[in-house]
Amino acid sequence: MFDIERWQEIFDTIRKNKLRTFLTGLSVASGIFILVILLGFGQGMRNGIEHEFKQDASTSVWVWSGVTSKEYKGLNPGRRIQLVNENFKKASTMFNETIEYESARIFVGGVSVNYGKEALVYGIQGISSDFQFIDNASMAEGRFINYQDEVSTGKVAIIGNKIKKDVFNEVDTPIGEFIDISGIPFKIIGVFSEMEEREEERIYIPITTAQRVFNGGNRISDMSYTLPPVENFDEAVAQSITFKNNLREYLQQAHTIAPDDTGGIRVWSALEEAKRYYGLTNNIKLFFWFVGICTIIAGVVGVSNIMLIVVKERTREIGIRKALGAKPWSIIAMILHESIFVTAISGFTGLIFSMALLELVGPHVEVDYVMNPSVNFNVAFSTVLVLILAGTLAGFVPAWRAAKVQVIESLRDE
Amino acid sequence: MIEIKDLHKSYKMGNNSLHVLKGINFKVNEGELVAIMGSSGSGKSTLLNILGMLDGADSGEYTLDGVPIKNLSETKAAEYRNKFLGFIFQSFNLINYKSALENVALPLYYQKVPRKERQEKAMQYLERVGLKPWADHLPSELSGGQKQRVAIARAMAAEPKVLLADEPTGALDSTTSYEVMDLIQKINDEGNTILVVTHEEDIAHMCKRIVHLKDGIIVEDKKIEQVRAEQYV
Repeated sequence: MFDIERWQEIFDTIRKNKLRTFLTGLSVASGIFILVILLGFGQGMRNGIEHEFKQDASTSVWVWSGVTSKEYKGLNPGRRIQLVNENFKKASTMFNETIEYESARIFVGGVSVNYGKEALVYGIQGISSDFQFIDNASMAEGRFINYQDEVSTGKVAIIGNKIKKDVFNEVDTPIGEFIDISGIPFKIIGVFSEMEEREEERIYIPITTAQRVFNGGNRISDMSYTLPPVENFDEAVAQSITFKNNLREYLQQAHTIAPDDTGGIRVWSALEEAKRYYGLTNNIKLFFWFVGICTIIAGVVGVSNIMLIVVKERTREIGIRKALGAKPWSIIAMILHESIFVTAISGFTGLIFSMALLELVGPHVEVDYVMNPSVNFNVAFSTVLVLILAGTLAGFVPAWRAAKVQVIESLRDE
Repeated sequence: MIEIKDLHKSYKMGNNSLHVLKGINFKVNEGELVAIMGSSGSGKSTLLNILGMLDGADSGEYTLDGVPIKNLSETKAAEYRNKFLGFIFQSFNLINYKSALENVALPLYYQKVPRKERQEKAMQYLERVGLKPWADHLPSELSGGQKQRVAIARAMAAEPKVLLADEPTGALDSTTSYEVMDLIQKINDEGNTILVVTHEEDIAHMCKRIVHLKDGIIVEDKKIEQVRAEQYV
């Protein structure tokens, strides 16, 4: 393989058969090119889906109540279940170990909101300080509602970025401004931003204030949690499911709901949802691999085919070489060497081009569910190695044929 | 140098067997220039193929320079071909994408001679056939006679024991033929053993001995007075 003489022979041959070599190489290079682009696209879809799920903390679990659908312990189906503060507190102590952040939330209805003379039509939600982390809200200005606000039932509010843009465009900053909620002034202390504009059309106030001032009593609309991060995705999913089931079990007992009634208490976990999409992207990835490998096989068959033609074309030359004392093995090595060399060079060319394309264009791709398509260099590199191996196999049959060329027949005058 | 005893060869053609060589006995000493004559189908090409180790005999003995040639593996045959034999063909059989020099150097490549040395040696042989100025030319840029001279230089380059020439003048006009024969005679004068297969009388008479083949047996084997080709050039 590292015989300099043979390299010289091969370069001679290639130099004198440029077009043939180029065409052979092109089929291999495009095979690798297509595979890498496909793989990159698969990764792009994965990235895109991951991105979509980043809107809320990826380990978040949400619980809300509904209407029972089953008769249980003498209670009729169709009961409306109402979550209350006690549920939240009890759950909090019960699952203390597994909870990272927790927040109860209440939707405040039937109130009017005014800023100066302007009536605002945004939803008002009472939340606790942890909600920032559960909802993945980042602060554009000011601060989020904190524990102190909760304890003191402070008349403070934070608004979404969209509201700031729509309503407070005439002031430098909405912070320090007051809005009236059903006649009670609330001081704006922060502006938050979200991934989606829809979620920025909200006004948050402390949940304690919401319950006390707006007749909420001890009612809550939903409870949300995040679980501590776990490295392994599958473990994270398992943890999420366990927590979800335990929490539901507790709430079902607390509200006397049949254990198999899915209506009364509803639980949603982001991870489970994500897993479904991950499964989908895995299948897509598998499919892309399949297509890519088929492409490469086509390329390899192409190489084999072209090498067969090469051998046919060079039958006379091989006959001459044999007459001059070329051993069968040296003929095999010559053909194989050329085939491997061409496959390797063109394989790497395809690799470099496709990687460059992904590198240049990838970050600018902005389509839903596709983001920054890229490919793991090691994967791509090993693909090329596999291709070279395939090139060897592809070259072997033609090489073997070449070695078996009958000198007498090949030199016979046409 | 060459010794053949009771050589038989037949080819299978479907169900029929074609008996081509029916017991050949002959001996070639070192320094001889032998013409093998015969009409087509007489078995002369088959004999040459067996002598050239390109084909095996069915039975009989073949000794080349004291080495018995029998049941050779392809690798061994290739090695012997390289070491013992130089081929000259009717259709020259030069590799068309290699220059004259590279063609001549090729057998040396298979002898694992280093590139530098190979080229020097090849150049020497090209000089001997008078084609040094054409060293960098491709075969397509050479005339028929020049091509055959390159082929002769190539056959000589490996310094073989025996040169086997299969109709070396078959594709050439008579003037060029005599030039080529002149070269062959001169190489022979230096003591090289050469076998020439031909069906042309005048070419055969430029050798020192004529072996006539007919229907697979030697019908005549005589020493002759050599006609020098020089006088026609």
